[in-house]
Amino acid sequence: MPDLGPEPTPTRPSYERRGRVHTSVIHDSAERHVSGGAVYIDDIAEPRGLLHLYLAQSTKAHARLLSMDLSPVRAAPGVVAVLSAADIPGKNDVSPVFGDDPLFAVDEVVYVGQSLFAVAAETLALARAAAGLAVIAYEDLPTVLTIAEARAADLKIEASQVMKRGDAQAALAKAGRRLRGHFAIGGQDHFYLEGQIAVATPGEDDDLHVISSTQHPSEVQHLIAKVMGLAHSAVTVEVRRMGGGFGGKETQPALFAAAAALAASKTGRPVKVRADRDDDMVMTGKRHDFEIGYDVGFGPDGRIEGIALDLASRCGCSADLSPAINDRAMFHSDNCYFLENVEIVSHRFKTHTVSNTAFRGFGGPQGMVGIERVMDAIAADLGLDPLAVRKANLYGPGRDVTPYAMTVEDNVAPEIIAELEVRSDYAARRLAVEAFNAANRWLKKGIALTPVKFGISFTTSHLNQAGALVQLYADGSVLLNHGGTEMGQGLMVKVAQVVAEEFAIDLDRVKVSSTRTDKVPNTSATAASSGSDLNGMAALNAARTIKTRLVEMLAHKFNVGADSVVFADNHVLIGGERLAFGEVARLGHLNRISLSSTGFYSTPKIHYDRASHTGRPFLYFAYGAAVSEVVIDTLTGENRTLRVDILHDVGRSLNPAIDEGQIEGGFIQGMGWLTTEELVFDDQGRLRTHAPSTYKIPTASDRPPVFNLDIWQPGVNREDTIHRSKAVGEPPLMLAISVFSAMTHAVAAAADHKVFPDLDAPTTPERVLMAVQDARCRAGLEP
Amino acid sequence: MGDVIRFLLDGEVREIAGADPTHTVLNWLRYDARRTGTKEGCAEGDCGACTVAVGDLVGDLVVWRAINACIAFLPSLHGRALATVESLGGKHPVQAAMVEHHASQCGFCTPGFVMSLVARERNGDATPVADAIAGNLCRCTGYGPILAAAEAAQAGPADPSVAGALKAIASTETLALTWEGRRYFAPRSLEALAALALKYPEAVLVAGGTDVGLWVTKQHRSLPVVISTMDVAELSAVEETGQVLRIGAAVRYSDVIARLGALYPELGEMMRRLGSVQIRNSGTVGGNIANGSPIGDMPPALIAAGATLVLRKGSERREMPLEDFFLAYGKQDRAAGEFVEAVVVAKPAPGSVLKIYKLSKRFDQDISAVCGAFGLTVEGGVVTAARIAFGGMAATPKRASACEAAIIGKPWNEATVAAGMAALEADYQPISDMRASAAYRLASAKNLLRKAYVETSGDAGLTSVLDAGVMADA
Repeated sequence: MPDLGPEPTPTRPSYERRGRVHTSVIHDSAERHVSGGAVYIDDIAEPRGLLHLYLAQSTKAHARLLSMDLSPVRAAPGVVAVLSAADIPGKNDVSPVFGDDPLFAVDEVVYVGQSLFAVAAETLALARAAAGLAVIAYEDLPTVLTIAEARAADLKIEASQVMKRGDAQAALAKAGRRLRGHFAIGGQDHFYLEGQIAVATPGEDDDLHVISSTQHPSEVQHLIAKVMGLAHSAVTVEVRRMGGGFGGKETQPALFAAAAALAASKTGRPVKVRADRDDDMVMTGKRHDFEIGYDVGFGPDGRIEGIALDLASRCGCSADLSPAINDRAMFHSDNCYFLENVEIVSHRFKTHTVSNTAFRGFGGPQGMVGIERVMDAIAADLGLDPLAVRKANLYGPGRDVTPYAMTVEDNVAPEIIAELEVRSDYAARRLAVEAFNAANRWLKKGIALTPVKFGISFTTSHLNQAGALVQLYADGSVLLNHGGTEMGQGLMVKVAQVVAEEFAIDLDRVKVSSTRTDKVPNTSATAASSGSDLNGMAALNAARTIKTRLVEMLAHKFNVGADSVVFADNHVLIGGERLAFGEVARLGHLNRISLSSTGFYSTPKIHYDRASHTGRPFLYFAYGAAVSEVVIDTLTGENRTLRVDILHDVGRSLNPAIDEGQIEGGFIQGMGWLTTEELVFDDQGRLRTHAPSTYKIPTASDRPPVFNLDIWQPGVNREDTIHRSKAVGEPPLMLAISVFSAMTHAVAAAADHKVFPDLDAPTTPERVLMAVQDARCRAGLEP
Repeated sequence: MGDVIRFLLDGEVREIAGADPTHTVLNWLRYDARRTGTKEGCAEGDCGACTVAVGDLVGDLVVWRAINACIAFLPSLHGRALATVESLGGKHPVQAAMVEHHASQCGFCTPGFVMSLVARERNGDATPVADAIAGNLCRCTGYGPILAAAEAAQAGPADPSVAGALKAIASTETLALTWEGRRYFAPRSLEALAALALKYPEAVLVAGGTDVGLWVTKQHRSLPVVISTMDVAELSAVEETGQVLRIGAAVRYSDVIARLGALYPELGEMMRRLGSVQIRNSGTVGGNIANGSPIGDMPPALIAAGATLVLRKGSERREMPLEDFFLAYGKQDRAAGEFVEAVVVAKPAPGSVLKIYKLSKRFDQDISAVCGAFGLTVEGGVVTAARIAFGGMAATPKRASACEAAIIGKPWNEATVAAGMAALEADYQPISDMRASAAYRLASAKNLLRKAYVETSGDAGLTSVLDAGVMADA
């Protein structure tokens, strides 16, 4: 090749470099998603000799297991192994923390759907059919199924917790106005489209390789090791992508993965377990349903002087993550509001139902709905616009310390609310709603603006750490691994953008791959919205280490100062020289420097004392606000959200398109929780809504026809987070509380605003109709 | 009789012999053909992750229908063309638009959305996008980017070779499969169907399979003898004669919505919300009646419209008012060897109105808690005729005879409505279940009568949350 001399200018100006941070890059798997080429666990070519595992389940909510005759199961066609508690070489526990979730029941069953034993057979149909042949004798025990029953029985997973500041009771006693009320909020199934699944393959020695649809590969690894009596190093857990997670694949996958691992170990054959939709919904935990009571004292402007909140949740049969989830409900019982004299009591009730678990928001949404309903109640009592009451209670200068003694340093809620109020034309539309209601007898509209302030960090402080592994190959291509998992949220592309930015290379030079416990160990769950905050920083640190080595090598080799080595536009400028990035990688290899590095990050500043419920559990807060307008049919209770306006703070977005997807998707998911999604358990503790035919998540037509979504442009994280972005996974879900408040407003309109309606969530047609009839009755109107 | 399932996949004729006849199309694709782009999300036709397109030869044209592969039996592909997400090669304009609009997150539902939109596009279908994807659930995106992508996507390339290839595999003989002692028949003529039904009186008759499919995928039942009515030419016709529309038992919802909606607009609107495109592309009006479900939406609506049912056994036919077909829970007036041949729907009588209300937790693709249908004739301010029927209120679809008696001959006013509402308590003692409580069912049923009154008595203002008039301004 002839010598063409140095290139005169960069081949591609910097503003064209593909995939920079702060740009809307497509999801790394988008093209595979649409072509059907994205591989989920059940899509992987099945290995020769694969066995299929079926988990037999308890049909009783609470019973003594008198006997379990599995001989007919073993004799059934195609059955290779039948496994129960006695077959576990290690510890019979797949719980995340507290040791109270057996892989297989022993002596007693505590919920319908509890795993009893597993059948490994040549086909799934044979395994399932064989499982049905077991002869199981139960002796019924008394059941406690609901919050009310558990309250009466005083059955809890841990002691009730109290968070307080000031003197709530004294403030209540002397407040000008005082209101008491209570309401209930239903639970929610995650309804990830891909159900729980794992494939386990036995290796040499006792090694196990398990592909698991999990947000928490390390925990699955550790629990398999615990069940199998193996060292962590003998177990590798891998996940490339999940078909949705939403918190439902944080602790829940361990049971499935451990059962598959046990069967693989016992049979020496690869084993797949895949729960179908019904089994998945019956066997796995959900968002906690809550009952919230309030006693609030306030002044004539609606400003709260004292408040006592009573939070009660149904945790199900074991602790799972319920302590932390209920803690977060307390942490968000203030939302954006300064509660000077406050007492929050949180009861964590134990019931004979499936153990409830993490779900996007992690208790925060329930706590936040509580205080927002209080705002609506105060406004109704005073005849004020609820927005005025909300504004009167916002955190502000001199009123900036949370009930858990953390100072709110980054309060942008007032600015966001003010901007959204104008953008959404709130005031005029509230008048228009009133005019509509005056003109229409059968339909009533409601409108509400609610804000969100959501704390970012795991409240269990030690979880706030992450690792990454970045490998630069001598051709200039980069392989990126980190501890975060991809469940659709776009974590992989965001972290890849961070690495590409650091090396100043095109994004397509950075390959993302499976999350594996043998690449990055001891990781935390991809949860708490922390994925890009933690893993982005860890990957940045790894890339920076390699970059620093390259800079030193180049500075030495070209005899320039380190500050004369600049990475830009897929090239490196060294004094007057300009080398392609791949050439620099090759030079690094020839000069014998390490081109791979781990990176690590731990969140600064945070600390928390759970005994006193004080500290700084969060590095920062993410904010947002939404206005929702709804309409209800007062004859049928049918209802619909007509328009939504959202303004949400993501700091300086790493990827605006991905973040908008999280905001919209989170909002619709939250709207589903509060409107159409209803979990119905019968009096035997059986879930009656265990498939999409009976459990109704939003469809396309439920999306409000007018949906104005904007990222708050002034947003920037005052903390030193990855490129000053903010976490976005969970906070937008709580924007949907505006829908519930708007429904309350519409029901109140049906009773001429004479009473504050009793309304529980979700706002099914039944709940709305009953609330309308009750409110009209209390208002002295005809039904 | 043929004993090989023969269908077209990407231009290639697939011949399958010796297959379990209730093997689903989805499981064949995923585990036999190793085409794993098509996903299982629910195995009951409610999430759309398994959506594929099936092409039928209609004259010289190929009509593509999006269906749920998870509840379709493999033999239902016989003589048809199948297209899956892999058939598109990743290059279809719908796929490109989905990528460009950030319309996938976890991606698991995405192939199903792609296929729903591609099927819509191939037919030049004017179905609004939100209706076209009502049978596809996405838990990640909130749907906005998918709707935007669908609106933006251009038409894809047509494959003119499919029609010829389908003609080449067309058959007029009964498909007869035997597998492990189980039988499956797909006759092509009414005569052949009648003979098979007599010969196998214990057979399960299946049309679109949107109910029977679940017996296999959800209840894990083994069906010894199955007779498919789907390919019986005479049952697939809609005939308009004089004052009636005669709908063959194998006519799919999709193929009759427009005609029923033209006669009874509220029936058309109810059917728009019944199931999803995929369900309506498979399920049949006849099947919705024949399975006798107390919560089917077509029976109350058609009872109120005064429909009659034609039953066939051998060469004998009998006809009865539709409401008489439903005897008790799970029991219909159908003899062994007998089958539903057609439902006959009268055109609206002058001065009559048919009001239909479908109450469910979600507007689209949700089984009704209560479905109320009111066929009313009001002359000179007096109710002269009333046919009122409800689904979800009793063990069968049932007429509200006490309510009808309370209002017929009475002036159509508030007092009469109050009497009719009270009479509904004599007509129905509904149960509580996961869809609604007994109290809500009764309260809302009463209110539906009131709603029917309000909507037929002058200017009531807006009365439906789905009215375009309630829309907020942007």
